[in-house]
Amino acid sequence: MAEAIVPSQDLNKAAKPAKGEETSLITGSEAIAVACKLADVDVITAYPIRPYDTVMQYVAKLNANGEMDCEYIVAESEHSQFEIVKHASAVGARVFCGSSGVGWMYAMECLTVTPSLRIPMVAMVGNRALDDPGAFGVEHNDALAVRDLGWQLVWVDNPQEALDTALIAYRVAEDRRVFLPCAISCDGAFLTHSQALVKIPSKEKVDAFLPRYNRGDLLLHPDNPITVAPQANEDWLMEIRRQTAAAMERSAGVIREAYADFERIFGRKYGNPFFEEYMTDDADVVLVGMGTLSNPVRVAIRQMREEGKKVGFVRVRWFRPFAAEELAKSLSRFKAVGVIDRDFSLGSPFHSGVLATEVRTALYPSATRPPVLGFICGLGGREVTLPDVRKMSEKVYQAAAGKSQPGTQWIGLRE
Amino acid sequence: MGRLYAVEIVYRGIFQKNLAKNISRAIVLAAHKEGKPGISFGRYGDSPERNGIPAKAFAIVATDDTTLEEGMAKYEPQEVDVSICVDDTLFKGVESWAWYGLQPINKLVKPNGTLIVTSLQDPETLANMAHAKDAPYKLAVVKGTASFSGLWVYKDDHSDVRILGAIARVLPELFSLESVQETIREDSNDELKATSAKRAYERLQTYTVKPGQGNQEKPYQFQMPKWTEMREGIAIPGIPVGEKITDPVDGKAGGFRAARNPTFKKWATRTMRPVVDFDKCIKCTLCWLACPDSVFDVTPEGFYDANMEACCGCGVCEAICPEPQCITMIEETHFHDNASQWEAWRKDHDGYEAWVKTTISGRPERSHGFRFRGQYEQQVPEMLTIARQG
Repeated sequence: MAEAIVPSQDLNKAAKPAKGEETSLITGSEAIAVACKLADVDVITAYPIRPYDTVMQYVAKLNANGEMDCEYIVAESEHSQFEIVKHASAVGARVFCGSSGVGWMYAMECLTVTPSLRIPMVAMVGNRALDDPGAFGVEHNDALAVRDLGWQLVWVDNPQEALDTALIAYRVAEDRRVFLPCAISCDGAFLTHSQALVKIPSKEKVDAFLPRYNRGDLLLHPDNPITVAPQANEDWLMEIRRQTAAAMERSAGVIREAYADFERIFGRKYGNPFFEEYMTDDADVVLVGMGTLSNPVRVAIRQMREEGKKVGFVRVRWFRPFAAEELAKSLSRFKAVGVIDRDFSLGSPFHSGVLATEVRTALYPSATRPPVLGFICGLGGREVTLPDVRKMSEKVYQAAAGKSQPGTQWIGLRE
Repeated sequence: MGRLYAVEIVYRGIFQKNLAKNISRAIVLAAHKEGKPGISFGRYGDSPERNGIPAKAFAIVATDDTTLEEGMAKYEPQEVDVSICVDDTLFKGVESWAWYGLQPINKLVKPNGTLIVTSLQDPETLANMAHAKDAPYKLAVVKGTASFSGLWVYKDDHSDVRILGAIARVLPELFSLESVQETIREDSNDELKATSAKRAYERLQTYTVKPGQGNQEKPYQFQMPKWTEMREGIAIPGIPVGEKITDPVDGKAGGFRAARNPTFKKWATRTMRPVVDFDKCIKCTLCWLACPDSVFDVTPEGFYDANMEACCGCGVCEAICPEPQCITMIEETHFHDNASQWEAWRKDHDGYEAWVKTTISGRPERSHGFRFRGQYEQQVPEMLTIARQG
């Protein structure tokens, strides 16, 4: 395995790397690819679809340059792509895969069985619309399609977090207490194609953080003769589901451990792993959202603060497992909550997005339940603008004052 | 609450699926003629249904809708008024893909209920083949072989209507002969079929099976593990390497017996089993190689002994064996246990050879699904003759 070398054309010469680190100007996709290199992933399968394909291109480049040593298999479809890594993982290989939009949906048959088989696959979803012809802008419905199936789902909002979260994802997924797949969602274009300065940790630190994948008693190997995936009918299925549920229940604790170790080893602090709070200490109302819309939201909040409006922001990172109790505890502090969904759940309660529905559910057992507004915004890659955020904040303020009915509103729509 | 009637039809998957469905549908339709509501459904069938694997169809009928709903609240009835078995090899027990174990053919029959079977065997032989029950029940034999009626292009041999006529006789409260004949006429517009039902009705004889009569063996079953006891990841232990075989006569160990899944054994899955004439065996290994279920144990002297706990009766061994009459598939009703043929041959060579000769003599060439090649061409006219005569 070669030293961690960043291609010179990508180096930002002006940035001085910290000790043991190098700094590189790379996209979110490339950051994930670099994490794969650092994690010394054994098997990667690829099939192109925008915007995920930027990961496979960069992995191919790292391989071609001799910087990375993995089996790199170009499959003939997303379906085969996910099937191949599933089997590779069963025989003990650390694997990576990914897709976007309808490509992810085409792999659905493989995605559904992966959690039950307790395959700790790490996948990247370059979030993409589903798939009104030619639409490849960001929407979160692709990754959310597996939210009920036993996949751990995490959203990141910058390339550094993408790299770090990919390392954390391997650590959590491959923990024997968990053994569940994890999909890292990166907003198409906004994150997958945007370059930022990323601190690339040393291989030594990564090795200290991330033990080798040990499939243990589930290793499919002649020395450990087992049959994997025999017929599972009505006499077995409930028990299998319950086992997978128990693993997901354990995942939250393992995520906490991993973030604590990450901070100790790499010195980068993420605070609460499950969601990040911005200017919430004195906030009257908050917005909640996932992914890169955090950027305009934070900027708009700073602007509004200058006008005396105390708006805060809660960015949900881990959608599965969903930190319901913690999030409810946090959100019940505010006078009103506005959830920004870059997704939709047509016909759902209040015709909301998926996140809004989950937030409402999480808040239900709370003694204090602020009004929850749902916003559908930024679909199909449409920009979430500063005026959009201000508009949403105003509506949340109105709800706090009892002036508007909680419900779902479409923001940034031509009407 | 009104009266609830339950009828089950036990059949061989795929081959008899339509036959079973036709019977269960006609039961509901005939009872409906008398104002009784009902439903008909399959169990352990459809997509995982395999050739020859036992499966069930049910008809539930009630005197009123509320009672019917109470009957439907349990997917599979705990007991039935009438059990129908359309393949007498299932008298050894029913072993479907779903319940994992051996279910006696008469398990669901109520005390004094009736088990109707299409068979050429006499009632006493059949009663003794089935597992013993604590309560008495009646056995009614509709003379005939396991029918393929309703399968693809196979001709109707009247098995369905004859069974319907028999039901009208043993459970007249469910429906009368007239109702069943009316249903048959509406369905087929074939007066001969209505007549066949009537003849079966008129000539049906029942045999009372006494408590405790029949196979005394405890049907094979096992406990399902709890979710915390199951290995995670939909993984099950692999089958370990096998062991040597000990010769029952000289005590020498040799050969190889493959280890097999200790839980999932084959019992009533097969309709036939291979009979091996070890005197004819040239030790060519072909049966051992071709068997899809690794059935053949290698004996110390290098013969191949078909292990009946693993055999599903597919007949590949017979087809591939190059020696005439070395391996012969014989209908399962000839056998009463899963004992080793090779051990019998070792212990009593001449006795075994005489048994093989008798057992395989006059046995026609088998064919997939059917018991033998030409069965269809031969049996449909025979069955129709039987149907006309009652």
